[in-house]
Parts: sequence; structure tokens; C-alpha cells
Amino acid sequence: MSEVRPPVAEADPKAAARAKYEPVIGLEVHAQLKTASKIFCSCSTEFGARANTQVCPVCLGLPGVLPVLNERAVLFAVMTGLAVGSTINRRSVFARKNYFYPDLPKGYQISQYDRPLCEGGAVEVLAEGVRKRIGLVRIHLEEDAGKSLHPEGKEGVSTTRVDLNRAGVPLIEIVSEPDLRSGAEAYHYLTKLKQILVYLDVCDGNMEEGSLRCDANVSVRPRGAKEFGTKTEIKNLNSFRYVEKAIAFEIDRQVARVEAGERIVQETLLWDSARNVAETMRSKEEAHDYRYFPEPDLLPLDLTPAWIDGVRATLPELPDALRERLVREQGIPEYDAEVLTETRALATYYEEVATRSGQPKLASNWIMTEVNAVRNKTGQPIESFPIDAGRLGDLVGMIAAEKISGKIAKTVFERMLSEADGPEAIVQKHGLLPIDDEAALRALAREVLAANPGPAAEFRGGKEKTFAFLVGQAMKQSRGRAHPEKLQAALRAVLSEEA
Amino acid sequence: MSPATSDWVERSAEEIAESVREGKATAEEVTRAFLARADSTAPRLATFLHRMPEEALASARALDARRARGERLGALAGVPIALKDNICTRGIPTTCGSRILEGYRPPYDAHVVERLAASGAVVVGKTNCDEFAMGSSTENSAYRPTRNPWDLARVPGGSSGGSAAAVSAREAALSLGSDTGGSVRQPAAFCGVYGLKPTYGAVSRYGLVAFASSLDQIGPFARTARDTALLFNAICGRDARDMTSRPEAVPIALDSLERGVKGLSIGIPRDILAGEGIAPAIRACFERAAAALRTAGASLVDVTLPHAKHAIATYYLVATAEASSNLARYDGVRYGLRAKDGNLTQMYEATRGQGFGREVKRRILLGTYALSAGYYDAYYLRAQKVRTLIRRDFATALEKADALLFPVTPTTAFPIGEKVDDPLAMYLNDIFSIPASLAGVPALSFPAGFDEAGLPIGLQLAGRPFQEETLLRVARAYEAADDAAARIPAIAKERA
Repeated sequence: MSEVRPPVAEADPKAAARAKYEPVIGLEVHAQLKTASKIFCSCSTEFGARANTQVCPVCLGLPGVLPVLNERAVLFAVMTGLAVGSTINRRSVFARKNYFYPDLPKGYQISQYDRPLCEGGAVEVLAEGVRKRIGLVRIHLEEDAGKSLHPEGKEGVSTTRVDLNRAGVPLIEIVSEPDLRSGAEAYHYLTKLKQILVYLDVCDGNMEEGSLRCDANVSVRPRGAKEFGTKTEIKNLNSFRYVEKAIAFEIDRQVARVEAGERIVQETLLWDSARNVAETMRSKEEAHDYRYFPEPDLLPLDLTPAWIDGVRATLPELPDALRERLVREQGIPEYDAEVLTETRALATYYEEVATRSGQPKLASNWIMTEVNAVRNKTGQPIESFPIDAGRLGDLVGMIAAEKISGKIAKTVFERMLSEADGPEAIVQKHGLLPIDDEAALRALAREVLAANPGPAAEFRGGKEKTFAFLVGQAMKQSRGRAHPEKLQAALRAVLSEEA
Repeated sequence: MSPATSDWVERSAEEIAESVREGKATAEEVTRAFLARADSTAPRLATFLHRMPEEALASARALDARRARGERLGALAGVPIALKDNICTRGIPTTCGSRILEGYRPPYDAHVVERLAASGAVVVGKTNCDEFAMGSSTENSAYRPTRNPWDLARVPGGSSGGSAAAVSAREAALSLGSDTGGSVRQPAAFCGVYGLKPTYGAVSRYGLVAFASSLDQIGPFARTARDTALLFNAICGRDARDMTSRPEAVPIALDSLERGVKGLSIGIPRDILAGEGIAPAIRACFERAAAALRTAGASLVDVTLPHAKHAIATYYLVATAEASSNLARYDGVRYGLRAKDGNLTQMYEATRGQGFGREVKRRILLGTYALSAGYYDAYYLRAQKVRTLIRRDFATALEKADALLFPVTPTTAFPIGEKVDDPLAMYLNDIFSIPASLAGVPALSFPAGFDEAGLPIGLQLAGRPFQEETLLRVARAYEAADDAAARIPAIAKERA
């Protein structure tokens, strides 16, 4: 009998099962707004202060205190809504979300419920080379809770400490439509959302400090089905990569269950990033009844169309518009523009280099390769990159003017990382000037031929291939400085001279 | 010569302040007079949860020193005032009549406390009240019941019973209470003093421990219409720390209260007066007062408040829903009582189980239920709709009339213990005070007469938003024609 090879799919049974189902994912993102003070009192929002030093009677929820709405938090939320094309509701209403927890001082969180500040809108993402619009359900304003800390106590004694510095820091919750289909799409969506928030300068996007947090709702359904499957919610996703991993994990888990003929139980899961698993935190039956009702201590939030238009008029240029402008004005490929608009500062840096050098594409190449290679190693933001746009622009200009070769330029670039001089000065100082003087090149050629009599003789004997070797030796001798074409001409001239 | 020390307690706040400002009396001697009275009567009446003789004398002396330096003193210079114990006072116990806040000292002063200090008032203590202002008799105080100065076997009303009794017994010239569904007006009626519930938003709630946020208002107790205005003036107006406080609330010119009622129309809500249960003496007093106002030049017009009959049901959904949320913060984590028991959930349950009294627990349960998933629309939302209808009733009636006149309570003060085991009977006592609370309009309880047992009867005037002046003007006209406000309970006639 001949050998029968197993079907390819069996090599990855998970992939085969996955192929039968369509994952449906929606994300709830909490972003801390970069206001100087809290949403309902004047305490500072600065991160990292000693525990419980940025608190007052209001954010401590002492008896008798009342919230006063921070108008800047409203402004930042509206800016975000406008940036993603949401409808800004002229009247929105704050509501109390009631639950008991030690880090929730009032026993309720002031949030928004059935009348949020922003509704609708979308975020466009580039996922695996395909552009896709991810719809938004809503963006609403709310206050953050404090932080519960669980320091290691004595054996058998569990202690919880509460830090209320964060209590009352303004948040926006951005709820997406269930438009995402994979962990990778979720990753790209989050990246784009963060980019927009940082462009707007309304959130610092720092996941480590908790200024950006994400919960994922995941369900699967047979491909082609219209009805959604039962969803689960995953919490404790502290990085974009965890979001991606946790969603992939949960899709596989749900597909396996459905394939095994089991039902999906509606529950809240907690992602364990050390073990790469999501585990049950609470089931539907244990879910809170938050007993939302309109916050009687705050009046409905009324915004005039004129005010909203005023905010719209002051919005900065956003990543999509900036990308399109770079393609249009600089004539660079869309891919380049996408990379260069990662942050506004990077785009500005690029524009300066391109203008200074007059070489938009060459400038883009240098930033995407040389500059980003260094930044990827050091983790530096462009703002603190040691070579400013002026110096890099001059360097790119020198390459374009053929004052130095690309190879020398890399040497100059390396030097510029640690030296403050401009590229011209570095070339002078370190003797990196190109050799293009005919006499000098001929002298160099003679030197090389003298040092390599064998190959020289071979060439003269008609072995044309040896020429490349000789050029290489000469280039090496000049430490890369020799003008390539002129060097070749000089070599040929000397070789023929001596023949 | 200044009057005999003990006479100061009979003077109006207006007279006291004027005397202190003009140097005819020192704040210290006035304060001593009231402290002496309270030394004698407060232990029997249980008006105070916390007296502040030393602090009062210190602030009185400070006022006298300021005057000696030539400084101008405020409108309440040297006037002794008592504060309901749900108004936060920095460093001074503020318990709301609850075990759960036993020993709690706020780190800040309520807005009204700051305003009183600025106008020169001298705080003499924190008065007893129903726990978290929930009740109509002050019997729900976790500490002790306050007694009615007119009859020590009877309740002073509630929840601001201590504040009403303190003014009635001349332990303070003025006091502040809080009114959510009648908690200033009802005890004022029971104790024979003035009690004003200002328009919702007229007085900042910053520092008033919340019971039902959309209804709570701090209001003055006083023995004259003019003193009521004087105290209202000291505390009203917009405060940036309370987003529901309103700039429309402006002080009342006291002279305007003397203009009489000629040209004013008084609305008589015949439909709510038709109900059973109004004591004959109160009905008679009402008719007499209406006639007196007509005689004084007012015109009487019949109006209706067709949805007021739903007020109690509406109130006990809205107020308890808000209370269930407002009282969530008493969890033993940060301040007040913490039961030392087991895990987190057990600690919550034990703390709140031990810290709250029966009525508070009842209302938290009621409110939690009203907000629960599946019941919200049928209860809370429906109640809010009825509330809108009641508000419209008042707006419509107050288009025809400048003020509405009706009783504050169906009966005069009832005996201590009579209704403690019958919460519904207790709730029904607020049938006339709750509608104005739901409508957010100002309402005043003024002394209008006495029943056959010699117990005070209060009548109520309700008006257009921010028209407190009209109500006090009508009450002042009545005061000029009737001596009900001038009568003094026997306990306050004793020589200290």
C-alpha cells in the first residue's frame, strides 16, 4: 500500500475548527483624561504620588459632599467624540452605578447610562493590510475608582490597603460595536484608538500606569449565522498584546466547547497573563445589579451647538488626515505615511527632514530604517532622539547631492548619535570626505595594483571578473570614501596605462 | 441698661444682632443667657446631641473683640443658633442621629456653617433628629427621643425635632434643620415656631449629609417671620460647590414683609382639604386664618392639586431610591463604625446591620427594590413621572394664586410611642408637606393657633420658586393680627 498523507488540516485541528466559526468581538476601553484635576473636585490627577495624598472630602466620599463637574473633562470627551465622528448629544445625563467595593468611596460610581455624551462614530484600522471601519456604540464620561492593594502580610493574614489618589480621575469609556473578528484586529483597533487619543492630547495612552484599560466581549457563531452566540467578558487585560492573546485563547475555548456540543456560559473571565489562560471571575447569576439612576447631585449636561462647533474648529489634525496629506504633499507611499504618522512628533520630524533635504522619499527611508532601528533598540520617543531633524535633513541632503555615499552616510549617522556636530563637520573631523579627485584615485589604484600583483596580472590576461575584486580592495583601502564610478574609471585607466 | 440676662432669650434674633452690633449688649452675655436656659431645659427635652458651650463662648468673645477693634459685625452678630446634626461642622461631632457615625467629626464646615460664621452667628450645639433625617417624630434618633416643649409626653415632630424644640424652648434664638418631605415644616408646626423649606436650590446643600438629594433643603427655624427671613438671607444663594444651587435665590428685604397682603391672592386647594383625617381644630384654625387674611385684604381663590393624592407613594419611591444610594458610603471602610467581623462582605453586613436603625434599613430596602432591574420602570421611573405632574399642579395653581394656604399636618403633636410601630401611620403624617417637596417650591410653616389641648397648630404657605418673600410677607401679616406666634411654652417661662 502506498503511504496516505493525512489532510493538512489535521496538523492543526484547532485551525480547522476555527475555520467553521466566526468570532465576534467588542471592546470597552477606559481612557484616563489628561486633566490637571479630578472630574468632580480640584485634587491633582498626577500619577505616582504617595498613597492617599491627593484626596479631599469630595473624592473621599465623606458625608455631605457634592460633585462639581470639571469642564475640561467634558471638553476632552467631546474632542474624542468629534475625532471619531460620534454624534455629540446636546443633553447627556450622569447616572449612579451602585455597588460596594472598598476602593469605591461613595458606594457608587458617577457615570453615564442611558443618555451618554457621545453616540456612534467609527475608528478606521489597517489590519493585515486591509482597511476596516470599527463602529462605536458610545463614549461616555465617568469617574475612576481608587486602587486596592494587597501587600504580602504575615502568614495567614490577608490585608487590603486602599489608595484613593485615583478615585475621581476622569475617564471616558469607549464602547465599540461587535465589529472585530480576531485578536489581531482588536490589537490594531486599540493601537489606532490610542494614537487618536494621544494626537488629541487628551490621554497619555500609558497602559502600565493604567491610563488606558480594556475589557473584551467575545462570542463565536457558525460562519454565515446572523444570531450572535453567548458572549463572555474578559477583564484584567493590561497590554494590547494581552488583549490579542486573551481573545485568541477565548475564541479557541469557545469553539472547542461548541464543537463538543456544550453551551457557552455567560460569565466574566479574568486573564492570567503569567499562565496565558482566562478563568472565571463571576457567572451571570453573580453579576451585579447596578441599579443605575440619574445622579441627582448633577444637573443634566447641556451643550450648545455653537460650543460643540467651537471645539470642532480647534481639533488638531488627526492621524488619518495627516497620513493622507503626507501622501499627497510629499508623494511618499501610503505605507511610509502610515509608519511616519505613528505619532504626531514623528510626522513633524519627518516633514522637517523632507523639507530640509528636499528628498521626501529618501528622508522617509532613513527614518523608517536607520532612525527607527535605533529607537526600537533604545525605546526612545522621537522627541528625545539625539539627531534632530535639521541634522538628519542635512545628512540626507548630502547623500542626495552625492557629497557622500550611502555607506559613508551610515558612518556619519552613527557618529551623530553621540556627537553634536552637523554631518559636514563630522565628515571633516573624522576624515570621511569622499575621494573623487582623479589624481588621488589613480594613486590609490596604483597602490592597490602594486599590492595585488596576481589579480592585476589575471585581469590583464583577460579575466574580467577579477576587476570587481580589485575595486573592492580599493574601496576598502579608501575606507569607503572613494567615489565608486570615478574609482572604476581610475582603475581601468591605470590598468591600461601599465599594460 | 441691658435687660436682665434671662430676658435675652425672649428677644428676637433681629433685636439681639442689632444690640450686639451697636454695643448695647455683648455677644458673650447673650450667649450665656441662652446657654443657661439650655442647661436647664435641654436635659429634659433632649434637644441636643452635642452642646458646644465652650466653643460658643469663645466665638462670642471673638465677636466682642472684633467689635471692640471697630469692626463691623454681620446680620446675625451674637445670635445663638443650633444646627441639626446632619449639617457638617469641622471638628465637631456630626452623627445624623445614627450609631454608624458615632464619634465622627467632619474635617470641613458645611456651606451654611461658613455663611453663619461670616454673619456673626454663634453656634451653641448640634440638635437631635431622626436618624439620617428619616422620620416625623425624632423617635428614630439612635440616641434618645426629643420631647415637645409644649407637652413633654409628646413628640416635637421630625426629623428636625431637636432644632424646632430648641427654638421653641428658647435654647437658641434660631436654628437650622433640613426638610426632605416636611422635616422642617412639620416639627415647626408641632412646636409652634416658624419653619421654612426654601425653594430647591435656594440654599447650598454642600455639607448637608444627604438623605434624598433631589429633595433635601436646609431651612431655618425662628420665632418671628422677620427672623425667618434674616436667617434665610444669611444662608441663601449660589454656591459653586453645589451644582444644584441657584443664583435666583437672593436675600429678602425685611421691610418688604411689612407691606401687608392687600392685592395678594391666596389659593385654597379645596381637593386636598376635602380628605378625611384632618383634626377639627386644625380645620377650624385653617378657616379662621383664611378669613383673617381676607379681612387683611387678600383675595381667596379656589385651586386644585389633583395629583397631590399620589404624593406619599411617589415620595417613598423617589426619596428611598436616592437614600439607598446615598447611604451606601457608610460601609465601615473609611470612617464611622466598623464592625470587626470576618471577611469583607461579613464586615459590610455587620457594620450596616449594627450601625443603622430599623427605619433607615426599611428605607434602604425599599429604595434598593425600587431601583432593581425589572422594577425600575414600574416604580422609580413612574414615580418621577408623577412627580412631574405634581410639579405642574403647583405651577398651574400658582398662576392663579400668589401663595397656597393649607395645613402642615393632619393632627397636632402626637404622644411619644404612638406611631413608632406603625410606619404607614407615621408616613401619613407628612401628607400635606410632601407635595411641595416633590414640586421643589418654597413652603413655610407658621404658627397659626392652638388646639383644645393647648398644642400649637401650624399652617402652611407654598409659593412660586424663589418667592420665599411672598410667603413670609403673608405670615407676617397674620402674625400682626394673631398672637399664636407670641405664646410661650411653660418650660420656656421658667427662670433659669
